[in-house]
Amino acid sequence: MELQKFAYDNRLVRMFMYATILWGLVGMLVGLTVALELIFPHMSASIPWLSFGRLRPLHTNAVIFAFVGNGIFTAVYYSTPRLLKTPMYSELLGKIHFWGWQLIIVSAALTLPFGYTVGKEYAELEWPIDLAITIIWVVFGLNLIMTMVNRRTKHIYVAIWFYIATFVTVAVLHVVNSINFPVSFLKSYPVYAGVQDALVQWWYGHNAVAFFLTTPYLGLMYYFIPKAANRPVYSYRLSIIHFWALIFLYIWAGPHHLLYSSLPDWAQALGVVFSVMLIAPSWGGMINGLLTLRGAWDKVREDPVLKMFVVGVTAYGMSTFEGPMLSLKSVNALSHFTDWTIAHVHIGALGWNGMLTFGMLYWLWPRLFNVKLYSRGLANAHFWLSTTGMLFFAIPLYFAGFTQSLMWKEFTEEGFLKYPNFIETVVQILPMYYIRALGGTLYITGILLMIYNLVKTTQAGKFIPFEEDQAPALHVQHHGSDKGHRVIESKPVLFTVLSLVAILIGGIVEFVPMFMVKSNVPTIASVKPYTPLELQGRDIYLREGCYLCHSQMVRPFRSEVERYGDYTKAGETVYDHPFQFGSKRTGPDLAREGVKTSPVYKPASWHYNHFLDPQRVVAQSIMPPYPWLIKNDLDISTTPKKIRVMQKLGVPYPEGYDQKANDELMKQAREIAGTLRQSGIEVSENKEVIALIAYIMRLGVDIHENNSLGQK
Amino acid sequence: MKIVTKVLEGVADIQIFPIIGLIIFFTLFVALIIHVARMSREEVEEYSHLPLEDDNDKSNVHDQ
Repeated sequence: MELQKFAYDNRLVRMFMYATILWGLVGMLVGLTVALELIFPHMSASIPWLSFGRLRPLHTNAVIFAFVGNGIFTAVYYSTPRLLKTPMYSELLGKIHFWGWQLIIVSAALTLPFGYTVGKEYAELEWPIDLAITIIWVVFGLNLIMTMVNRRTKHIYVAIWFYIATFVTVAVLHVVNSINFPVSFLKSYPVYAGVQDALVQWWYGHNAVAFFLTTPYLGLMYYFIPKAANRPVYSYRLSIIHFWALIFLYIWAGPHHLLYSSLPDWAQALGVVFSVMLIAPSWGGMINGLLTLRGAWDKVREDPVLKMFVVGVTAYGMSTFEGPMLSLKSVNALSHFTDWTIAHVHIGALGWNGMLTFGMLYWLWPRLFNVKLYSRGLANAHFWLSTTGMLFFAIPLYFAGFTQSLMWKEFTEEGFLKYPNFIETVVQILPMYYIRALGGTLYITGILLMIYNLVKTTQAGKFIPFEEDQAPALHVQHHGSDKGHRVIESKPVLFTVLSLVAILIGGIVEFVPMFMVKSNVPTIASVKPYTPLELQGRDIYLREGCYLCHSQMVRPFRSEVERYGDYTKAGETVYDHPFQFGSKRTGPDLAREGVKTSPVYKPASWHYNHFLDPQRVVAQSIMPPYPWLIKNDLDISTTPKKIRVMQKLGVPYPEGYDQKANDELMKQAREIAGTLRQSGIEVSENKEVIALIAYIMRLGVDIHENNSLGQK
Repeated sequence: MKIVTKVLEGVADIQIFPIIGLIIFFTLFVALIIHVARMSREEVEEYSHLPLEDDNDKSNVHDQ
């Protein structure tokens, strides 16, 4: 057999490695900043782009798409050519991919802190950036698939299946969830509304976890653990079942983020059932990873790379056990909206993604720079700092989650809420927030050690840009007797299409009935579109990221109805583009904030003072002040366009309303300014705070009365 | 919202969708189990060694 010579290009791998470390550090420092802001609400010094609601999306996007994203590409660009015995298909596509992705990250960092956001978690980026992501993602996929077509091995190793599933599914998720209607260059509204938007969003959100944070890292695991331990994967058969079962089941589980919400029960049940089933493939994968180390445990004791892999895979096992548990309605009733969720995702991010990334970097660095790692001691110190950092982060938040939830639900013997004042439950868990920040600090210290260690290693070594290898051409090896799964494995494009079909089934079964069957969203006659002022106020609510700390979803529990007012109905959200259910209650729910008879009702003057200086109104509050809302003039030039876009999306404003909208807006603004004046507050009616107050005081009123502010 | 509903309005008999989904998954899963069970030992051995074949970097020394 004639051997063909070729070379693997390490230069792109190196660039992606650098980017992983840089964005990892940035994303985690922003994370630490927002953690500290929860303890010291005045830390942002009233600078808008430093406030919690603006930085938190930057933290999540940076860690998910910048840190883990570049980690994925490092693994893909290193392992794919070596597993397929061919260089990556195109150096140019690789470069476009690299620089395009970094540019997207930079544009996210330049828009999110300044309030340019769609207002949907993990899908905050505005439409021009969404388009760029789509293009760059296709470049990545093309490069990957064409490399498979060019390969010199007959069989495609399981790690690459996971990469392909990642490419296909993220493409579908991103496109479907980002269908937004532009209002201007950096403002758009999702085409979906209310519960339907919620279903699409959490189908996306959950599967971003599945196909961005999990499947590519499983590919990484199936390649780098065998490499580091120098032995094949425990069971290759199990890995095949693991792959198909995982991608088929994962895609259905999204609705577990909406349990007890106004999503129809059938969709919630579907999400629960598939989430519980997910334990099987997830643990199959975890066991396969850990048992690969059978007979090599003596190495694990010494090698920091293997130690990190073991803790990473164990964290995967913990969070994929916890995930299905949290999807049970009875557990979710307790856990949802609390810090329990935050703890859960950080076991995944810090443990599974973080540790696997660090292990990979420590393994790759000496090989790419042809030198011994500078200090194994420092790497071990990093290992202990990350492990303890992760535990110091997560365990206090578990306590905080249980504690706060139980306090929310506790009644006195007389049948009243024991802690009717939300702030009591916040004060109770504040010490846990301190320990969480300590955990984060430990974790980041570990990363700093790693950076020092790797810089020193780089200085001592010499980079190997190309590695030579040789293999026979593929056609020489053909046997021509393949059938069944082997045919699929040898046809990359067919394989890609089948993965697509597998993940589409779940999505279609959930979406089509949800969008088709009218009874899924019973309409409520008294629910009317927002007034122009409220619409503008709602956009400020989105801009400031209020939804990151305040839910708008009263669940049908006695404790919540008692605390907030009537539970939320699906029909109340039909004009919400995007929906604003939220996923965390750092502050109280706002769904019934405007209802005069509700226990949470506050007058306009209260809101004004509270935005200006929350601690003056609620001494122990951890909400940051928003003085710029009182300073900034409301930009009403956008109103007609916003109304027209809303009309296109099906919101029933009367014909020609866009022209009258600003007159009505000013009228309502003057009314609110007048009310404030009666309470002794002098404020001009054209300030942003007026619009936000109008929106907040509209929340939840429609089904109670028909006399909310303004004309309908 | 109307945009989306309109696109999907033409789909008839949606109640059969979940059943089709179940059948497809169940059939595929069974076929997969059979396939995996019938793979030969050599084949499994060969595939699982794929990541280890490119070890031309003689590099376990790097770790030590």
